Amino acid sequence: METLLETKDLVTNFYTYEGVVKALNRVSMVVDHGTTFGLVGESGCGKSVTVRSVMRIVQEPGLIENGKVIVYLDEEDKRAGIDLLQQSEAYMEKLRGDQISMIFQEPNAALNPTLSIGDQVSESFLFHQKREMCTKIVDDLTAPGCRTFYPLRRLEETIYRAAAKTPEAFLLKIFDRMPLLSRWQKRLKKEAKKRTVEIVRKLGIPNPEQVVDQFPHNLSGGMKQRIVIAIALACSPVLLIADEATSNLDVTIQAQILDLLRKLKNEAISSILLITHDLGVVAEICDRVGIMYAGNLCEVADVREIFHNPLHPYTRALLDAVPKLSAKGVLKSIEGNVPNLVDPPPGCRFHPRCPHTMDICRKKPPKMMKTGNNHLTACFLIGGGEE
Amino acid sequence: MQKILELKKLKKYYPIRGGVFRREVNTVRALDCIDLDIYRGECLGVVGESGCGKTTTGKTIIRLQDPTSGSILYYGKDTEPGSGLDIGKAKRSTLKRRGIRSRLQMVFQDPATSLNPRMLAKHIIAEPIKAQIPMRGRELEDRVIELLKMVGLTRDHLLRYPHEFSGGQRQRIAVARAIATDPEFIVLDEPTSALDVSVQAQILNLLKSLQSRLGLTYLFVTHHLLVVKYISHRTAVMYLGKIVEIGDTGNIFKQPIHPYTHALLSGIPIPDVEHKQQRIVLSGDVPSPVNPPSGCRFHTRCPFTLDRCREQEPDLLEVENGHAAACHRHDEVEKLIYEKFGGSQAAA
Repeated sequence: METLLETKDLVTNFYTYEGVVKALNRVSMVVDHGTTFGLVGESGCGKSVTVRSVMRIVQEPGLIENGKVIVYLDEEDKRAGIDLLQQSEAYMEKLRGDQISMIFQEPNAALNPTLSIGDQVSESFLFHQKREMCTKIVDDLTAPGCRTFYPLRRLEETIYRAAAKTPEAFLLKIFDRMPLLSRWQKRLKKEAKKRTVEIVRKLGIPNPEQVVDQFPHNLSGGMKQRIVIAIALACSPVLLIADEATSNLDVTIQAQILDLLRKLKNEAISSILLITHDLGVVAEICDRVGIMYAGNLCEVADVREIFHNPLHPYTRALLDAVPKLSAKGVLKSIEGNVPNLVDPPPGCRFHPRCPHTMDICRKKPPKMMKTGNNHLTACFLIGGGEE
Repeated sequence: MQKILELKKLKKYYPIRGGVFRREVNTVRALDCIDLDIYRGECLGVVGESGCGKTTTGKTIIRLQDPTSGSILYYGKDTEPGSGLDIGKAKRSTLKRRGIRSRLQMVFQDPATSLNPRMLAKHIIAEPIKAQIPMRGRELEDRVIELLKMVGLTRDHLLRYPHEFSGGQRQRIAVARAIATDPEFIVLDEPTSALDVSVQAQILNLLKSLQSRLGLTYLFVTHHLLVVKYISHRTAVMYLGKIVEIGDTGNIFKQPIHPYTHALLSGIPIPDVEHKQQRIVLSGDVPSPVNPPSGCRFHTRCPFTLDRCREQEPDLLEVENGHAAACHRHDEVEKLIYEKFGGSQAAA
């Protein structure tokens, strides 16, 4: 399978008053084309920081210190890949929401309460697909059935032709500011709205024509989450990052959203990077799973392998700690707490809670080693860490 | 089995005020005619989607909120059967005189917000004791340390503020505070939903062991069905202010009756790869409790609606031994699901 996204030795630190929080400690992972990759872990283990580093939207005291984020997009330099950490901010702006897009955890926080749903979804069309839309409008204007007044049509045609050639042209920006001439955008906005209605309908929202004129507070939680997904899917991305997309939703709504994601994966998008703390969701839709603990990736394997043949002690403990439908008897819990990342334990970060701690675990951090068919584990027990 | 609490036609409506004079323009029907018996020593799980009235049930039972109508009969340890005290209508002074407040306690959802950030752990735990019994000094401190040990903390934690604890430890303090006055009945309002998986297991095990040690009765409110399956003996499923199904947890999970319970159960993401269940995905959202649908409240989302469901509200009827459901078509649901969604559901 072809690689889509690869992170190499990603290190992200947060410089807080209490000290440097070492949120990511050399995270290396690979997401293939056409897979759903699940990133699992407890809160504060660095799941969100990983994807935020990939998108380069780490918040203020945070800094990406080291590493590489390489994407292999379907463009001319396919084999070479692009290191996102080396690109300019302008390039990232173009990429975010277009090729790689993200669904955020809390739909209430992700949507702007003062803008209508239509405005928020069409924003990403207006930002990323201006050129395509202008070309489409020119085609519409020159089509034989067009009933616009002829001189006006010629004028609009000229403007849209120019816009289709260079959407960022200086003259167009001046036009946007001038009272009468700014009307040239009218058709553009209409076109964006048309596309918005289309995508909102595709996500299974009843009467989209009315919904696009409503505001976020008019909708329920599940609907809002659908709108957030619509924004992310607007420009048909190659990679969709879902950061706890279903965590705050009810069981029946969660089932709807998971169904939707599964359907979309088959139709529209190539890969999903799903962040969750719910192992049930992982078993449900993921193909490949990465387990994170305290800023380290400790095990990566196919979903069947993780559930049937977990190797890392943390993975095993995590699986035992989840209440199951069939299991009886006492739940096994993991003693202790997640360590503070300002001063993480030396060596393997899991060793204070691990039932099989050895001397070497306290001294050296284990390395990710291949321990089976497509199965990577970072643990000295499993023979990992030998140079 | 001995009843500890009996709810009869319990209603709780919240007014929506509007207009110039803040008059009542509408009501939210959070609880609408709930009948429920809670037996001594059991753990009753209450599940449902958000906004279905789970938390309101818990808060009304221990009278953190006054019910609109209906009664809550409480049978204490030494009262003879048949002479319960109606908590819902009793005066506050009566509640205090008879020490009801110390018998009924509550653990809240998010320990980060339910503990006062300006109080030390020892004061947080000592507060309910001091309110009930005149106890102070060394005696009080010994009692607090005993409670801390019960919930798995040590005397080192006495002089710390809530922010110095991790989420799991904070919830332990909240549990210690709830058991400080030797209660008989504790309402647990989503005690683990703010916690991580590994810590959640710790708290669940703690609650279980405390229950058997102290002979507590729990009302466990949660939206997480697997947690209910793990901890509770009986389960009540709520939908829009009504109990739609109640029964032994094993029965509910093995042979659900109400279509809503079927949908809820099939919607749980099971942490097991081999478990491929046919899923019943309900369309739409929970209707607003301001004007709930006529007839059966579930009819707007139910895949098997009849005309009768739209007009007539079903009663909670006992189908088999202790297992009751409110559905007009309760005897044919299994077959209908089998026909519509295929065999795997009926087999499971």
